[in-house]
Amino acid sequence: MKVFGLMSSNKEISGPMLRLDEPLSFWGGLDPETGQITDVHHPQVGSSVTGTVLAMEHGRGSSSSSSVVLELIRNKAGPVAIVLSEMDTHILLGSIVAEELYGLSMPVLITSKENLQNFHSGNVAHIDSEGNIKFIN
Amino acid sequence: MTLDLSSDDLEMLDGRDGAAVEMSMRIIVRLGETVKANRLIDISSAHIDSCLYHGLSTIDFADRLVQLGAQVKVPTTLNVSSMDLLHPDLYRGDPEEALRGRQLADLYESMGCKPTWTCAPYLLEERPNFGDQIVWAESNAIVFANSVLGARTDRYGDLIDICAAITGRTPDAGLHLDANRYASLVYEVGHLSPSLFDHDEIFPLLGAFIGSTTGTQVPVVDGLNHKQSEYRLRALGAAAASTGSVGMFHVVGSTPEAQTLDAALGDNAPQGLIKVSVEDLQMMRSKLTSSTGTALATIALGTPHYSIDEFAILRSHILGKHKHPEIDFYVSAGRDILLELELRGWADELRSFGVSLVGDTCTYFTPILSNTDKPAMTDSGKWAYYAPSNLGIDVIFASTADCVASAIAGRVVLDESIWTNEQ
Repeated sequence: MKVFGLMSSNKEISGPMLRLDEPLSFWGGLDPETGQITDVHHPQVGSSVTGTVLAMEHGRGSSSSSSVVLELIRNKAGPVAIVLSEMDTHILLGSIVAEELYGLSMPVLITSKENLQNFHSGNVAHIDSEGNIKFIN
Repeated sequence: MTLDLSSDDLEMLDGRDGAAVEMSMRIIVRLGETVKANRLIDISSAHIDSCLYHGLSTIDFADRLVQLGAQVKVPTTLNVSSMDLLHPDLYRGDPEEALRGRQLADLYESMGCKPTWTCAPYLLEERPNFGDQIVWAESNAIVFANSVLGARTDRYGDLIDICAAITGRTPDAGLHLDANRYASLVYEVGHLSPSLFDHDEIFPLLGAFIGSTTGTQVPVVDGLNHKQSEYRLRALGAAAASTGSVGMFHVVGSTPEAQTLDAALGDNAPQGLIKVSVEDLQMMRSKLTSSTGTALATIALGTPHYSIDEFAILRSHILGKHKHPEIDFYVSAGRDILLELELRGWADELRSFGVSLVGDTCTYFTPILSNTDKPAMTDSGKWAYYAPSNLGIDVIFASTADCVASAIAGRVVLDESIWTNEQ
């Protein structure tokens, strides 16, 4: 996978996978204080993204998503990494500015649509600084 | 391809114009590399969404830029705030949040942004021309600028918008480029009864349908036999940008880059064709409605901010009438439009019906509504889509006329004839 944004030091990132069945708009769809999905139209409403490796095809909707991602990272309520099959610059910018302002990292990783099929909620994902990923059931 | 920076870009990156330009340029360059742009281009205006309060980090970011000496380099307008800055008493939320909203507003105004506080910058007197390269954030403004004005902006969001305004530069990518502006998915509506399109509320429904089915492609609507008004096109775009990530659409015969279907497609064969059915539109109508009873507490119009055209329609429905005392009736609009309503004498007429005019912000994310326990009715696809999540409120999507009729009756009144005639 291609890594955009800062990987935290040389350490491997790991966290339980949260594979979203549909794209999520961070603004209007997620509470940046709790990390909970609040979009009533989303099939995974009520799930928390905090500490997860969050995987979805692409982001969706509002231009405020960057700010919500930034606020989510500042609150330490964000995922440890976000994996997408299409780059979403709104999400990436939240991550870039979190580095600039707070030195906090939440990398955005890009993989193929086919690869994304291997991401299953509940598995634990380990990602090294090169973007290599291992899943443990 | 690598990002080829001009000597000017490199000097900005190196701190020639101060630390705020340097930091903004660093962020622009990282974006440019990510989106695989070949170069940066000059922009002629910016519209900023970062001025809406989303937590302390939004203030930290603006404050850092101000501390570093940031000033915008191009004419820059501001999107909505978290409160009505001219009528702060309308705000029912946490007083501390209101203070933060005001603080954030001051920070952006001090960078030289114009205090327009509207999500409809295309209604301001100075608006971009065909072909202008701009950086606009706010999804409905983006889709309108690209589709209806033929100006060029990518789907920008918070944080990058102000960086572009401070540097006057942006990556040459996405919808700035010809190749990405052509449609690839056709929505055919020519087989539907033309009388359906006499109704304004069909346009947000069509937009909501397009948004939920088009993915990342540019859609084109074919088969509307006359040029559609700006307010219909923008209702279509605003709904499409809410239910999906549409940054540009074409309507053959109505939008400037779609004089013909072939022009909209860039002479390429379409990748798909969707024949829109009445059922598709009815399905969107039920998706945008979460309440089935007649209970009603609120009417909320003006998302995006109402235009003079839309106020004229509303005025034609309310003149000489009065809303039911138990219904609250809000209409949101920009400062400039509110001023024009006063000058035309329409504001008094609206108030006499019982309308509360809301400026600078919008009722679907700010705590303004006095009753969120009972359902609200709206003519906006965007309001109907977002309000249930944001406010925890039930919603009914309907025509402007039905919103007024319901406000007078004190309960939900729907004219179903538009649908029953199509069966």
